[in-house]
Amino acid sequence: MSMFDGSQPITPPSGIAYPLFREEHEQLRESIRRFVDKEISPFVEEWEEAGDFPQDLYLRCGEIGFFGLKFAEEFGGSGPDFLAAAVFNEELARCGAGGVAAGLGAHTDLASLYVGNYGTKQQLERWLVPSIKGEVIGALAVTEPDAGSDVASLRTRAVKDGDSYVIDGSKTFITNGSKADYVVVAARTGGEGHAGISLIVVEKQTPGFSTNRLQTVGWRTSHTAELFFDSVRVPAENLLGGVEGEGFKQIMGNFGWERLAMALASNAAAQKTLDAGIAYASERQAFGRPISKFQVWKHRFADLASEIAASRSLTYHALRRYVLGEPAIREIALAKSLACELDWRVADECLQVHGGWGYMMEYPVQRAWRDSRLGPIGGGTTEIMREIVAKLHGLG
Amino acid sequence: MGTTTLTPRTPAEIRPSIFTDEHEELRGSLRSFIARELKPFASEWEAAGWFPDEVFTKLGDAGFLGLTYPTEIGGQGGDYLSGLVMKEEMAHCGSGGVSMAVAVQTDMATPPILKFGTKDQQEEYLRPAIAGTKIACLGITEPGAGSDVANIQTVAKRDGTDWVINGRKVFITNGVRAHYCTLVARTNKQAGYQGFSLFIVPTDSEGWSVSRKLDKLGMRSSDTAEIALDDVRVPADALLGEEGNGFPQIMWELQGERLIGIAGSIAGSRALLNRCIDYAKERKTFGRPIGRNQAVSHALVAMEEKIEAAQQLIYDAAWSFASGGYPVQEISMAKLYGGIVTNEMTNLAMQIFAGSAYTTAVDIERAWRDTRLIRIGAGTDEIMREVIAKTMGL
Repeated sequence: MSMFDGSQPITPPSGIAYPLFREEHEQLRESIRRFVDKEISPFVEEWEEAGDFPQDLYLRCGEIGFFGLKFAEEFGGSGPDFLAAAVFNEELARCGAGGVAAGLGAHTDLASLYVGNYGTKQQLERWLVPSIKGEVIGALAVTEPDAGSDVASLRTRAVKDGDSYVIDGSKTFITNGSKADYVVVAARTGGEGHAGISLIVVEKQTPGFSTNRLQTVGWRTSHTAELFFDSVRVPAENLLGGVEGEGFKQIMGNFGWERLAMALASNAAAQKTLDAGIAYASERQAFGRPISKFQVWKHRFADLASEIAASRSLTYHALRRYVLGEPAIREIALAKSLACELDWRVADECLQVHGGWGYMMEYPVQRAWRDSRLGPIGGGTTEIMREIVAKLHGLG
Repeated sequence: MGTTTLTPRTPAEIRPSIFTDEHEELRGSLRSFIARELKPFASEWEAAGWFPDEVFTKLGDAGFLGLTYPTEIGGQGGDYLSGLVMKEEMAHCGSGGVSMAVAVQTDMATPPILKFGTKDQQEEYLRPAIAGTKIACLGITEPGAGSDVANIQTVAKRDGTDWVINGRKVFITNGVRAHYCTLVARTNKQAGYQGFSLFIVPTDSEGWSVSRKLDKLGMRSSDTAEIALDDVRVPADALLGEEGNGFPQIMWELQGERLIGIAGSIAGSRALLNRCIDYAKERKTFGRPIGRNQAVSHALVAMEEKIEAAQQLIYDAAWSFASGGYPVQEISMAKLYGGIVTNEMTNLAMQIFAGSAYTTAVDIERAWRDTRLIRIGAGTDEIMREVIAKTMGL
């Protein structure tokens, strides 16, 4: 190549916009952080005790505009700006209760986003607009007792009967399930396999629809529930997007954001947990000095901080591809798996640094430990993430 | 919110990577040069424990030794990232020793000459280093001072306008063949961190001797020397930069060295991962490719997670460094995390290629040995943790 025969210079690049976030995003980050510090974190203990957080929080988030970041102005949003939404996910994850973040996230990142992406004009008006305001709460119901990551084998059935669908079946592990005003339900409208799946919206008061809240190890303020559909009749116009058989594609299309959101939140939560662990280690004295001064802890903190930095870089790389409009399936799967596993490991190490107090319910580290354990399970397990990437490489 | 309006970036405003098309073009020409001029000879050079000096002149003729240096001094005028591309591509040369020796020339011994040197020093030492006609080495480590730079015992004393240097240096890459050494010595015993200075010492100076060529576990094609300096007399203009400023100058040098070193390692890891994936699809046991076993495929993907994370962390740090930042924490984290990942990768490759990897017929064992150095050289893992902990306020 003549260019590199030693005679011609390479022009240094200039004006490259490599950094992802811009000034406005940092301002947004500040304002969300203030909101979380003032309106969420101080109440976390109380809400965890009660196993619930107030409905008003949805209204507040709607009022301030947090639920509108991913949606266009015509529906009351301020976007779509997925970088802003990423900032929201990160900051919310710092609130100290996975359940609160999950409850708000299942509403905006799952239910609202499904309606926003696939809904007809009428469906957008009916469910997205009030969702952005926080006036109604949404949930997404895909998982069944016998179909988790294996979406194509789900069995809940929706049979067309005149102008209605009649739904029979059950769902489980549905975040917001026992309080949602509307649920986007994946059901079989056609034959076996992925081509027979459609998404149908079921509203809370519909006869035959009932829920049973589950007890969870962590995420204790989230309403994780089983849903039962016993001849639930909904208008045919509740079919999301208006076309049957699109469900599988719609679900796959949204997994990207769901998993990215989890990776973003996990990195932020891990950082928060580590910061708290370091703060504790800096106060707690043993053998006449703070335990943070012992090299074994200093070095472990340095390792964990490095792993979080690497995980964050990977997640941002996946986010970058995503906002560039690529499916980024490989990058997102790698990022989700790494970040979620790391969050739990950081929590476990930080529980260790707390010693006996780590095992007591008085310090938030026990909650981080319980809450973060869901990461490698929800949104597709770590094993599923690795299987996805292995398949992309032609392995397995 | 409320008052904040968000203007979403359009995809056109967001770059998919830190590299430009120009960088990718450079990558392409490096790749073909390396495949043609270096890779075919790697095994021969490894066996000999030496590669010919012509490697430097060939790289110099092609312009690859001066990618990041100004055109006025014979360089290519490229940015920091073009040097990063070079180091990443050198990972494909088949011998960590060659890659390391060249990196010492381009990214360790000479950047201080550009940054702190006089015009005359640049003409005398940098220009021929870029051309590949003078080979450089970097003299920091001593028998009693490795990562503990502040404990350096080599002393440079003024004698008239000259300097007289006495001491020992060890683990000096290129030290056997180098024409000059960018050397750290103590110029004032009482001044603590302000008591160090950098010198450029020609290796044909009287009193300079290579006391031993060290035999190494890996990086075998590169020469590693133990150096004795006995009353080495150099003129006043051998001083590089300001007297007493050697410590911060060498700390600055180390940042670039660590980043470039780990970038090369992780590029090698990625290539090795790809080889493992290909091999796992071909190699059959019990009638099917070994990659059909989840024990193999998931282990590879778990590795990919870490390699990709390390690489993106390196790129983020490189972006910051290239934009004029001094990201000590990020660079240290990248080196620490990346070094561990690189070693995990070569060990996994050993396991995937199994019996054949344990023989010297396949070069996996070479990578396995070569990569072990990254967790030791340019600051051990333990030193990186100390640095990181310090930047975290611990």
